[in-house]
Amino acid sequence: MRRVLALGIVTLTAAASLAAQDPTPPIDRGVRVGITYTAGTRPRLVVLPGPGLDSVRTIVQRDIDFSDRFEVLPLSRGDAAGTTSSVNYQLYRTLGAAYGVEIRPAGTGVEIRLHDIGAGSVRQQAVVPLPAETDAGFRMAVHRAADEVVRWITGTPGIAATRLLVLVGKRAYRVDSDGGALAAVTSSGETVLSPTWSPDGRSIAYTRFLDGTGPIMIQPLAGGAPRPVKGTESQLNFTPAFSPDGRTLAFARTDQEGGTDIYAVNVADNCCLRRLTVGRFADNLSPTYAPDGRRIAFVSTRPGSPQIYAMSSDGTDQELLAPFDYGATGASNAPEWSPDGASVAFHRDIDRAQQIFILEVGSRRFKQLTSSGRNSDPTWAPDGRHLAFVSDRSGRGQVWVIDTESGRIRQIPLSGEARLPHWSRHVGGTTP
Amino acid sequence: MKSRSLMVFALLAAAACGGKKPAEAPAPAPAPTPAAPIDSTAIKARMRQDSINAADARARAAAELQAQLSAQLTAMINFDFDKSDIMPGDMANLDRKAAILMANPSLRIQIAGNCDNRGSDEYNLALGNRRAAAAQRYLINKGVSAGQLSIVSYGEERPVNPADNEAAWAQNRNDQFMPTAGGNNLMAPK
Repeated sequence: MRRVLALGIVTLTAAASLAAQDPTPPIDRGVRVGITYTAGTRPRLVVLPGPGLDSVRTIVQRDIDFSDRFEVLPLSRGDAAGTTSSVNYQLYRTLGAAYGVEIRPAGTGVEIRLHDIGAGSVRQQAVVPLPAETDAGFRMAVHRAADEVVRWITGTPGIAATRLLVLVGKRAYRVDSDGGALAAVTSSGETVLSPTWSPDGRSIAYTRFLDGTGPIMIQPLAGGAPRPVKGTESQLNFTPAFSPDGRTLAFARTDQEGGTDIYAVNVADNCCLRRLTVGRFADNLSPTYAPDGRRIAFVSTRPGSPQIYAMSSDGTDQELLAPFDYGATGASNAPEWSPDGASVAFHRDIDRAQQIFILEVGSRRFKQLTSSGRNSDPTWAPDGRHLAFVSDRSGRGQVWVIDTESGRIRQIPLSGEARLPHWSRHVGGTTP
Repeated sequence: MKSRSLMVFALLAAAACGGKKPAEAPAPAPAPTPAAPIDSTAIKARMRQDSINAADARARAAAELQAQLSAQLTAMINFDFDKSDIMPGDMANLDRKAAILMANPSLRIQIAGNCDNRGSDEYNLALGNRRAAAAQRYLINKGVSAGQLSIVSYGEERPVNPADNEAAWAQNRNDQFMPTAGGNNLMAPK
């Protein structure tokens, strides 16, 4: 009886119509360099229907889909009554599903079971406490559960329990990586530039842009007023970046002779400002730390146009990082070191439009990731596989996320012109 | 000027005669009307009016000069894309500023460098600073005291023209000059 029920009630959508249902185009036509999106090569996964918990299932399914590691088979919603304690493995096998994710109520949260469809057994399970759906922490708790499922299968967590900082107009906002829970993080009275996360995600740093000058502020997100970083009270201080241990903040600072140089300050003790570059006839800006904290990639105009350089975190041992043809290669800006340390993403002008590049630090080879529209200011997800960036491909500046493995892209829709995104590390750790 | 004073005098004289219009004056009276008496009130009024007019004219001329000096002082200069070199066409503009600054040692100005929105947002903050410094350096080389000048950068954050086309971009690549002290009652350069 149960089996008949499951067969009769579960409506399955053919995999062929998957693309039509997907709100974002699966393939970016503007993506090149050896990236080909081949549907069907990723394991198929299905989020099993069950009683209630529709909002949890919807979020988990989308999160797993956005991990770009699975082909998620959609089931039509609201058709699942009764118990799912007996999963119709045979049915899902015929659909080619490798994994089934079962979510059912358990105490104040949910129990999540990962079914190995081929083996016909539960491979992993966990009870995840969830706050009430109206609670501010609800979505992030569900995202964490989804990331854990991805970790069960692939060994590395998904990227759902992360947020992006982004400028819309004068204010900085944070938004969940799936585009939900948008919230302003700076006050309406100030003009903000260069917002960046602290590594623990508990605070942000940004430039408070005044009349051509501005300090760097650090704002705790749990509450409390932003405080200025010592040494940034005069001139214009911008492009702040935390060291991976969160103790040091590197940033660029203009001077009255027209130059811009990189400084570092100990923000743990609010002391010990030191200058890392001395560019008498060149600008140095946009520092980004390698994950070991020992190297800093940055932009320098020392060759005549802005290009990507690197140095030790104390300012010594400066070298060109991204090769370029003198006089021919366009301006290169906005570097961000990948979380695994292997790559640096940046944008480079091609025919006066910026495009996203990824430099392999070891080989010094790079690939161009975008070519349609203007694409700038890349920022890495903690998996080192996804990048968010600003693109005007939809008409105005919006944040897009690209899977650098498959080339699949999606938009994080924001009402207004979006600029300067920065992706957080996992919010509150990687385990639920 | 003179004819105007005379006219004023005539009007005043007419007013002094009881406000009658000259055309309606009765003709047949045999007694010759005496020449208009020397009316000291009218003369004083005339002299007062003369001095008011002269002061007005001086004030107007002074205001015009101030407006002209102020316009010369604040006239923008422009830049090529991603460049911070002073363009030859802007040198006369900067030379006039240098002369005004040297004639007014208490005058202080802030130079703000601006960029169009096609370059990188954050790089443009550095580029704007370099553009402001280019004008600053030019003025100092012309003899302006460095203490009279300060620079800031707005990057691409304060476009003069928010449109997205070549004309707007060209306008938005500029240095703007704003007096921060001693900007009133400027002395004209000799």
